[in-house]
Amino acid sequence: MLRECQWRKEMAEKWSWMLAPWTRCWSWRGNGVGQEDDRHVRANDREYNDKFSYADNHIKTSKYNVITFLPMNLFEQFQRVANAYFLVLVILQVIPEISSLPWVTTTVPLVLVLVITAVKDATDDYFRYKSDQQVNNRQSLVLRGSLQNEKWMHVRVGDIIKLENNQFVAADILLLSSSEPHGLCYIETAELDGETNLKVRQALTVTSDLDADIAKLADFNGEVICEPPNNKLDKFKGTLYWRGNKYPLDNEKMLLRGCVLRNTDWCFGMVIFAGLQTKLMQNCGRTTLKRTSIDKLMNTLVLWIFGFLVCMGVILAIGNTIWEQKVGRSFRDYLPWDSTISNNNAVFSGFLTFWSYIIILNTVVPISLYVSVEVIRLGHSYFINWDRKMYYGPKDTPAEARTTTLNEELGQVEFIFSDKTGTLTQNIMVFNKCSINGKTYGDVYDEFGHKVEITEKTTCVDFSFNHLSDGKFRFHDSSLVEAIKMEEPSVQEFFRLLALCHTVMSEEKNEGDLVYQAQSPDEGALVSAARNFGFVFRSRTPETITLYEMGAAVTYQLLVILDFSNVRKRMSVIVRNPAGQIKLYCKGADTIIFDRLDPSNEDLMDTTSEHLNEFAGEGLRTLALAYKVLDRGLFEEWMRRLLLASTVMENREEGLAALYEEIETGLMLLGATAVEDKLQEGVPETIACLSLANIKIWVLTGDKLETAMNIGYSCNMLRDDMDEVFIISGHTAGEVQEQLRSAREHILGLSRVGSDVGLEKTEMLSDDSVFEETIIAEYALIINGHSLAHALEPELEQMLLETACLCKTVICCRVTPMQKAQVVQLVKTNKMAVTLAIGDGANDVSMIKTAHIGVGISGQEGMQAVLASDYSFAQFRFLQRLLLVHGRWSYFRMCNFLFYFFYKNFAFTLVHFWFGFFCAFSAQTVYDQWFITLFNIVYTSLPVLAMGLFDQDVNEANSHRYPSLYRSGQLHLLFNKRQFFLCTFQGIMTSFLLFFIPYGASSLGVRDDGLDISDYQSFAITIATSLVIVVSVQIGLDTYYWTAVNHLFVWGSLATYFAILLALQSDGLYLIFPSQFRFIGSARSCLAQWSVWLVTLLTTVMCVMPGIAVRFLKSELRPTVTDKVRSLQKAISKQSPRELNLRRVRRTSSRRSAYAFSHQQGYGELITSGKNMKVSTAAPSPSIHSPGWVQNGTGLLENGMKRKDACFVPSEHSGTWEGMERTEQVPETICSGSKGTQQTLIDSRGNSNGDI
Amino acid sequence: MMASSYNAKEDDGHPSVATGHGGAGTVKNKKPDNTAFKQQRLPAWQPILTAGTVLPAFFVIGLIFIPIGIGLFVTSNNIKEFEIDYTGVDISSPCFNCSQNYIWNSTTPCTCTLPFKLEQPFESNVFMYYGLSNFYQNHRRYVKSRDDSQLNGDQTSLKNPSKECEPYRTSDNRPIAPCGAIANSLFNDTLELFYIDPNGSKNAIPLVKKGIAWWTDKNVKFRNPGGNDNLTVVFKDTSKPVNWRKPVYELDPLDSGNNGFINEDFIVWMRTAALPTFRKLYRIIQKKTNNMTPTLPRGDYILEVTYNYPVRSFEGRKRMILSTISWMGGKNPFLGIAYITVGSVCFFLGIVLLIIHHKYGNRNNSADIPN
Repeated sequence: MLRECQWRKEMAEKWSWMLAPWTRCWSWRGNGVGQEDDRHVRANDREYNDKFSYADNHIKTSKYNVITFLPMNLFEQFQRVANAYFLVLVILQVIPEISSLPWVTTTVPLVLVLVITAVKDATDDYFRYKSDQQVNNRQSLVLRGSLQNEKWMHVRVGDIIKLENNQFVAADILLLSSSEPHGLCYIETAELDGETNLKVRQALTVTSDLDADIAKLADFNGEVICEPPNNKLDKFKGTLYWRGNKYPLDNEKMLLRGCVLRNTDWCFGMVIFAGLQTKLMQNCGRTTLKRTSIDKLMNTLVLWIFGFLVCMGVILAIGNTIWEQKVGRSFRDYLPWDSTISNNNAVFSGFLTFWSYIIILNTVVPISLYVSVEVIRLGHSYFINWDRKMYYGPKDTPAEARTTTLNEELGQVEFIFSDKTGTLTQNIMVFNKCSINGKTYGDVYDEFGHKVEITEKTTCVDFSFNHLSDGKFRFHDSSLVEAIKMEEPSVQEFFRLLALCHTVMSEEKNEGDLVYQAQSPDEGALVSAARNFGFVFRSRTPETITLYEMGAAVTYQLLVILDFSNVRKRMSVIVRNPAGQIKLYCKGADTIIFDRLDPSNEDLMDTTSEHLNEFAGEGLRTLALAYKVLDRGLFEEWMRRLLLASTVMENREEGLAALYEEIETGLMLLGATAVEDKLQEGVPETIACLSLANIKIWVLTGDKLETAMNIGYSCNMLRDDMDEVFIISGHTAGEVQEQLRSAREHILGLSRVGSDVGLEKTEMLSDDSVFEETIIAEYALIINGHSLAHALEPELEQMLLETACLCKTVICCRVTPMQKAQVVQLVKTNKMAVTLAIGDGANDVSMIKTAHIGVGISGQEGMQAVLASDYSFAQFRFLQRLLLVHGRWSYFRMCNFLFYFFYKNFAFTLVHFWFGFFCAFSAQTVYDQWFITLFNIVYTSLPVLAMGLFDQDVNEANSHRYPSLYRSGQLHLLFNKRQFFLCTFQGIMTSFLLFFIPYGASSLGVRDDGLDISDYQSFAITIATSLVIVVSVQIGLDTYYWTAVNHLFVWGSLATYFAILLALQSDGLYLIFPSQFRFIGSARSCLAQWSVWLVTLLTTVMCVMPGIAVRFLKSELRPTVTDKVRSLQKAISKQSPRELNLRRVRRTSSRRSAYAFSHQQGYGELITSGKNMKVSTAAPSPSIHSPGWVQNGTGLLENGMKRKDACFVPSEHSGTWEGMERTEQVPETICSGSKGTQQTLIDSRGNSNGDI
Repeated sequence: MMASSYNAKEDDGHPSVATGHGGAGTVKNKKPDNTAFKQQRLPAWQPILTAGTVLPAFFVIGLIFIPIGIGLFVTSNNIKEFEIDYTGVDISSPCFNCSQNYIWNSTTPCTCTLPFKLEQPFESNVFMYYGLSNFYQNHRRYVKSRDDSQLNGDQTSLKNPSKECEPYRTSDNRPIAPCGAIANSLFNDTLELFYIDPNGSKNAIPLVKKGIAWWTDKNVKFRNPGGNDNLTVVFKDTSKPVNWRKPVYELDPLDSGNNGFINEDFIVWMRTAALPTFRKLYRIIQKKTNNMTPTLPRGDYILEVTYNYPVRSFEGRKRMILSTISWMGGKNPFLGIAYITVGSVCFFLGIVLLIIHHKYGNRNNSADIPN
């Protein structure tokens, strides 16, 4: 269904390219009748509901029908300035007094453009119509006395409908009852917000009692009074009035259109919003139209050209006035003035001439410019879609250009704002190495004891001994398995800890098919590792954890979870094993654990510490593990105090923390784990390459500082050899300011000393942008969310920006989605640079929408970022190709295209200007009307299109290899106002030569048989032929990459010109339409003359040679990087093709990682409360810990009745309102569910909590 | 993509995040095709401007253009051309009187006689042109003021000429044939040429008036209405153009193949000139059959003008031109000079560029490409 929205967005962007400042964003989102204040809906009461004429469930996203198509489409098209402009021209041409050109000349191209657009619109609309039809015709069970099958479009507000498992929700409905107890039901909202985890909805108790009783449901006559339709997906406010009682309604009771019912056999609901008023449809928001800088420049230039056009018109009009006054007056014997020109009124004649010249000079801004630009961009988009090198096989995702209008901007990016999780990293944690009892595992050695680099091919450890192992788990060091098999106690304890000390939930769909739902992926990685090494975490209840230890089921009593928090940086569990021993297992950041170790661990700590350094040096995330055997008496005493403390109202947190602290001492070190936060393939190389292209990469992440820095190091953005890494972490605006200022001074001061530039400080500050370039030292700035909030205040933002731009690397951590957008906005508005934002999750949407270009990482679970993005692909590394190859080419092609196009049209049109001085300023055209009509759309359109589509200055390998080629785009070197003046100058010169050479040659022209050819028609043909040849030669010179298509188009255009020329001037056409094809025979007569060809040759050479000379001189004296690479490329291509040596970036970090968990708060409470466990009415008593019970049902965790009751009863009142409050404060938490009554509690994105 | 997955979901009720993996084998892999076109690997010729191509180009152009220019210049110089202005601006001019007392439709033609002397004999066919200056045949309103259908012999247009002909569309409520300003302003001076024998006798030089119009004009573009019927009858209901002295069917009453719309003088006039100064072919003086004497021997001549065509009011000029032709047409030194100039400039530029290339070039190596 999002498709419906997405489509609109695409279409809006694709086809709103014309100059329209008021570019339509056509809205079908009528709110029915006026503005509703409140919505009143009574169940099963059609008559009552009809009074309000709410929208029905019929969805129409198509705009037209057969009858309205033509008028509506035309109306829309003429709202575009360019189309309107040409329409005005056509109208002007119809006025006989000023019509200097027959109306066909403008009408033919205009109609062509209109028809192409209309056909495009019509097909799009037809597909929309089809998809509407398909959606509208879906079946739904509606209660009309009895349950009846109805099409979706016939569902009305107030109807009660029945949904079955895995069905789409037809409209926004209020959940009344469901097959699950307590009116619970589960929905998947992937279509709405892109999240694939299930969410829980719960009906009111009063309505859930209706159950599936058709009679009762049919009698249900509750009235809902609620908010009017809006687009807030996570909010709903309303009240149900039934049987004299009021019941508050919130979003937890609503099933929105677009959701899918899951794990629920059936449910009943009452339709509140239907059709276009559903939240989904209301959410198909307007999209802001993104324009490229070339677009803006082009629009400015077009305005200038209009100005220029008017100037020329005025000059010629004045000339006309003077001529009519001086000569025309006495020439009236032969050419009387028009009756409209009253006698003596040469000024009026001048006025008319002005308009006439506007008409004939209009081709300086040809309509085909806009069409061609659009076609070229579309072509470039297809090249992106087709690129196999941006196709990601494992996910079967090709790259996709979702917006077709931004391609050339890809060649001008200066700032990249990147998300971390899922963008730079895969968001996959891999248990890579560990240190157990002073011995490291995980490295592979060959027979000589040398470390072997682990690649895809390295043999993996065989886990077949363990039938519960996860096939996807890979580990290369078999010594660990041997140790396990040897039943080494420390190794066993190590994995036991990993299997027990966590908050992961397990789900077993079939025997042995375990799925872990981990809050953070590193936790999942650790538990999975334990699973494979024979300590399988199989299931848990609030009070027990069942493991399969080397094939035997062991159930531990879970006594306490000392949960993780950001401050504690560790978590512990206290369990009683079957032997009755009470043990505390703790895992956490190494520094924290080491502080709490028993002194006897000194030696082990030293070795482990060494290992940790080693791990951290490889960029791995480490955790230290420790345990402690507790004395029963001591524990019970402690437990008592804990219970007491947890009931205290005041300072509960502190009390608990102190108690936790007390028991987590004297730990025995077990070892350490090293988890790899797997970077996406090629990330460091990509970043290195992009920074060589002078693109600044800022990482904006929701992660913690440590995580962010860790990734910074592993992807080579932070390096040990950097001069300084500034960390801004102030809590007040003042602190932040102070830190920023000192960082700045440090940079400026040091560099000044270092580079020994004797500049005045004030001068330097005023000219930072220049200074930035001269900084040789490398700095990095890391700023956390708190400080960022202050730094983004208006007073500080400039300072932030300046400081940040002095640094090589900028990392912002703990950033909210809003702040991401703000940072992007800050750079966008102040730096006048093209920004690109890349991300994968819903939290990146704002930034993606804000930046000039938004890129979404596709193939991930959420679709949000992709839907909001302009380009999407599966891997971060494709960005390099997108920018350095596609972007650069697009920019290069577009610039060349524009340069040539403006040149061509100036050359073509200005001939009229020169001719004006010789034809009494009468607005007589130089060319045949047919030539004018066809020049832009037939004779010259294809070669320039081919150039715009296929040209390559430097091949893709060299584009990657010499990132400095990218610089020209950032500096707007290829097309700017200067270039525009150059091309207009060239065009004007060409037009001058085009006119005056034939003028000089043929003013007294005589054929070789004595007949004169100084007539207008021969003159016109000479100039036209010269023009076509000159512009064809010019495009030949401008084309760097001559494919067969280019050849075909260039030679084809020339051939077409001559063919059409002869055809249009043939006897046959003349005899049919004598007044349309007056040029009969002229071409035959002209082109048979040597002198005409000599003139053409002379003109061509004179027009082209200066350009060649200038270009040659430029490449000789001041070769650009492109020139150099091109000549190198030429030289290489002559030799044998050489292997490209890829840059390999080795990490050289020796940093110690303090990595603990990627989330902020643990799940301990949720687990012990059991709220999240699936409730089953059939659940047996929880006392038997046999593995057998896991097999029934859907294999979800099942739980004791008493827990569930305790959980759900209050939720109806207090719980609900609590829920609403929570919703309002932090909408996101609802979805990822830290506390809510959720079934599959953990979004597998895992740290979405932390990554907001 | 979403739409299709949407359908899939409805059918089996099972969401497949990656549609590609959905049906085993049946679903097409989304990997783009590996074609040279789609991967932008089309084989291509990639020319670059190097000294090796640019410099020779300049020299070659120079070497080709200079001889062409010289050839053109010589050819043009060999063409003999004689021009005489008979407007009668000057009081001393024989045509002064005629140019002064001018009224359209005057019944008594004004004639004047201009003697001139050819210093050189004109060999081969000699072409006699009349030239007009400051006459704006290329004025937009003038150019469009004609009805080609009518000129092509269309009966309807004959009766009802195009509006473009206004104000020369009708006169006395009868359609004008041929209508329009171009036809109306038909050049109607009569020029006659006499050779004064050394012995003083005045010999009329035979002027051929056929073969002066383009073949397509004469045979396709212009046709008399009603084929070869009696033109008087055909044009019975039409009116003659305002400025004309005789109707169109009396342009050449003696030769039906040169009368009416297909009168060659008329056709030549109707092919409007590109520039305000132009010449139009008037007559051809054919080479004498015996090759011994030149077509126009050197000596004294008399041009007799029947002065009908007023140009004084707008400061126009009228000329009579006698010219021979060559393979490249008439006398036109411009092309030759232009070719020589351009050729020399190219050659010179080639030398300059060569020097520059030797002095400053060859830096163009990849050694200093950043990164």
